[in-house]
Amino acid sequence: MSDNKNIDQHTGTETTDHEWDGVKELNTPMPKWWIGIFYISILWAVGYAVAMPAIPLLNGYTKGLFGWSDRVKVAEAIDEMHAERAVNAQALIGAGITQIENNPELLRFATEQGKALFGDNCETCHGKRGLGVVGYPNLNDDIWIWGGSFDEIKYSINYGIRAAHDDTRLSTMMAYGRDEILEPKQIDDLVQYVLQLSGQTSDGAASMRGATLFAENCTSCHAVDGTGSRENGAPNLTDAEWLYAGDAKTVRASIFDGRNGVMPNWNERLREEQIAALTFYVHSDLGGGE
Amino acid sequence: MSNNVSENSSIIKRANGAIIPIGLICILGFVWAVMVAARGVDPVIKPHAYMYIFAFALAIFALVYGVTKDKFVYNPYEYDDSVIKAGVIATIFWGVAGMLVGVIIALQLAFPQLLYSINLDWLNFGRLRPLHTSGVIFGFGGNALLATSFYVVQRTSRTRLAGGMWPWFVFWGYQLFLVIAGTGYLMGITHGKEYAEPEWYVDIWLTIVWVAYLSIFMMTLVKRKERHIYVANWFYLSFIVTVALLHIVNNLALPVDWLGAKSYSLSSGVQSAMTQWWYGHNAVGLFLTTGFLGMMYYFIPKRAERPVYSYRLSIVHFWTVIFIYIWAGPHHLHFTALPQWTQTLGMVFSIMLWMPSWGGMINGLMTLSGAWDKLRTDPVLRMLAVSVAFYGMATFEGPLMSIRTVNALSHYTDWTIGHVHAGALGWNGLVTFGALYCLVPWLWKKKQMYSVRMVEWHFWLSTIGILFYITAMWVSGIMQGLMWRAYTDFGFLEYSFIETVKAMHPYYVIRALGGTLFMLGMFLMAWNVWLTVKGKGDAHALGDDTPPAKKPSVSAIPELAHNLKQGA
Repeated sequence: MSDNKNIDQHTGTETTDHEWDGVKELNTPMPKWWIGIFYISILWAVGYAVAMPAIPLLNGYTKGLFGWSDRVKVAEAIDEMHAERAVNAQALIGAGITQIENNPELLRFATEQGKALFGDNCETCHGKRGLGVVGYPNLNDDIWIWGGSFDEIKYSINYGIRAAHDDTRLSTMMAYGRDEILEPKQIDDLVQYVLQLSGQTSDGAASMRGATLFAENCTSCHAVDGTGSRENGAPNLTDAEWLYAGDAKTVRASIFDGRNGVMPNWNERLREEQIAALTFYVHSDLGGGE
Repeated sequence: MSNNVSENSSIIKRANGAIIPIGLICILGFVWAVMVAARGVDPVIKPHAYMYIFAFALAIFALVYGVTKDKFVYNPYEYDDSVIKAGVIATIFWGVAGMLVGVIIALQLAFPQLLYSINLDWLNFGRLRPLHTSGVIFGFGGNALLATSFYVVQRTSRTRLAGGMWPWFVFWGYQLFLVIAGTGYLMGITHGKEYAEPEWYVDIWLTIVWVAYLSIFMMTLVKRKERHIYVANWFYLSFIVTVALLHIVNNLALPVDWLGAKSYSLSSGVQSAMTQWWYGHNAVGLFLTTGFLGMMYYFIPKRAERPVYSYRLSIVHFWTVIFIYIWAGPHHLHFTALPQWTQTLGMVFSIMLWMPSWGGMINGLMTLSGAWDKLRTDPVLRMLAVSVAFYGMATFEGPLMSIRTVNALSHYTDWTIGHVHAGALGWNGLVTFGALYCLVPWLWKKKQMYSVRMVEWHFWLSTIGILFYITAMWVSGIMQGLMWRAYTDFGFLEYSFIETVKAMHPYYVIRALGGTLFMLGMFLMAWNVWLTVKGKGDAHALGDDTPPAKKPSVSAIPELAHNLKQGA
């Protein structure tokens, strides 16, 4: 630095006596508060690192003064939670509806747990509050494809429908068109008959032809009168409720390509008392029963 | 170059030295690309092979044409501004494109059906999101850094850019990287690492380009005619060096086939995650922080016409920032499979980083002392000042969010998105806008921008847009975090995940509105720059006799230049 200091007029501070493309630098000292807080943050950092697991060593790491371990804490918290819930959880397994409803604490335990489980596991397909989405049944009405009793619901949740489990509920709606079981024209007739079954306007002559086809191909599952059967998970075709939709185009697609919706078996993902809570929630808070 | 030529002499030099190596790179790339086009093992790499073929063929043709027609000549006594002009235009192009995609994906989050089609998978959020992040960070931000660093290093070193044709190689090479990367995301090619999504054959190309960039910058500094290296250049250099290191280490991978797109990372599991966030965090630190601080350290004192506040502070905060930043990555992996001791270190280094980061804010804002009145009349300086304020806010929020107890609430929520955009829109966006509004009239030798009123509008559109954006994300993020951790007294979740998603809808709409305002500001800027370049409105041409900066010094020896200056 040269002796004749360059003083900035405005601040009265000397510059570093350099200039780059017209830019100069003042020689202002660093702000005291800035250095102060910086030192404090360093001290705090050292303190925290001494207190907590921090420094890697050749074998392992420094455990810190308090021996804090996230993993141990989480495991403890989970054990504690299970311990707190143990009595209610045990009571819930194997409990029937009346037993749950007659025990206020168990009722709340089942409902809160069922709601949380339903929200995170079931709403993805069945829609908000189980109101149903195309292909995924509404769980609030009294129409049940596989049965709406407490035990039937529990079975469906446990083993799923067309799921990867030996005890799963199994049936097939065949692809009558794609697999060339029926001629396209025959399918058109069948569609008219299904429309007639559900009380919609249909072509009379085609429907008559369709009735014969229905008797030959469909009644083994959907029953002679088309009201369906629980054992085969075959929906009632005479009402106004449809899993996929009841218009001619959708009915035709169902017959042509078949329908084989899947619900996973939850017995390998949820614990027994969780299944029980979920069953209770679906049955009592949504629309179980007939 | 001789020492005793006068500054006025116009000597023509030929930049043929770089032709052969650039040509070789292009020929090698061309040969590889032809092989892939012919024998590529998967359908997604083939379109890229054709793009490479096209780009390299064009480059080889341009080189041959340039050499035969003797086009690669330059005057060593002029700054190399042509490549900077190209960089400014590219910055604006990628800014417009990247922000537009940002608004689209913000709307997709608010209205999920938007542009959703099973058959148009490239329009899905998952494909567009990396296009947005790379478009704005690497396209907009990267080109802004490229252009301003080339401008600043020449002016503050009083020497022409080193490397002859190499800066053009870097510019076009970088654009090629951006195009290949971006089209790759749309086709579904991804390395699966955030902000490092491009696959191995794009990474290698960027490495070549980046090493060239680093060499040009360093060689320009080596031949500088100023005794000292200006602080902005330290920051730029730290950015270029560290990004090279980060990019190479995080992308170490083995291709399944040298003629295919897919590769596997060398590291796996938690090591891979740690490497990724060592990279990701320092992409924020050394790309979006120190790179843009380089910009700040030149354009604020230039525009305010005031000296930098404190030389000492600049030294101390430079070294502390670059030393401490590099260790803070683990705070992105709190409460994960990452060992707790690593999380502790990430957190304490983040806390220690607070003041070093603020050193830049203090130096930026206090440089305005003596020029505060200009904030009222000059929207460009106001943009620069507000950018530094957002920088200060984001660099306070960052250490705060790295504290494990805070992070337990903020992690994975929209708060993080808000924090990022406070930095990205507020700091990187505004400082770039400010720098470009300075640069455009200087480069194209105009009196001023086409319309200062439009700049004023841009300032308010972007500032209000940012405020909408970050306040919406604060509310949404904290609400989201609180909903996730709400339990009934039995310890069951109070809300299902989908309920938390539904609750965020109004904030997503506000965020999209904020983003739209910010984007409209960017559109205004593009229009304003275009008309300025055309010389419309207030953008009167300046004569060549009034250069906006001193010309490069003739003397080759810095010592001599210094002595001459002392004697004068």
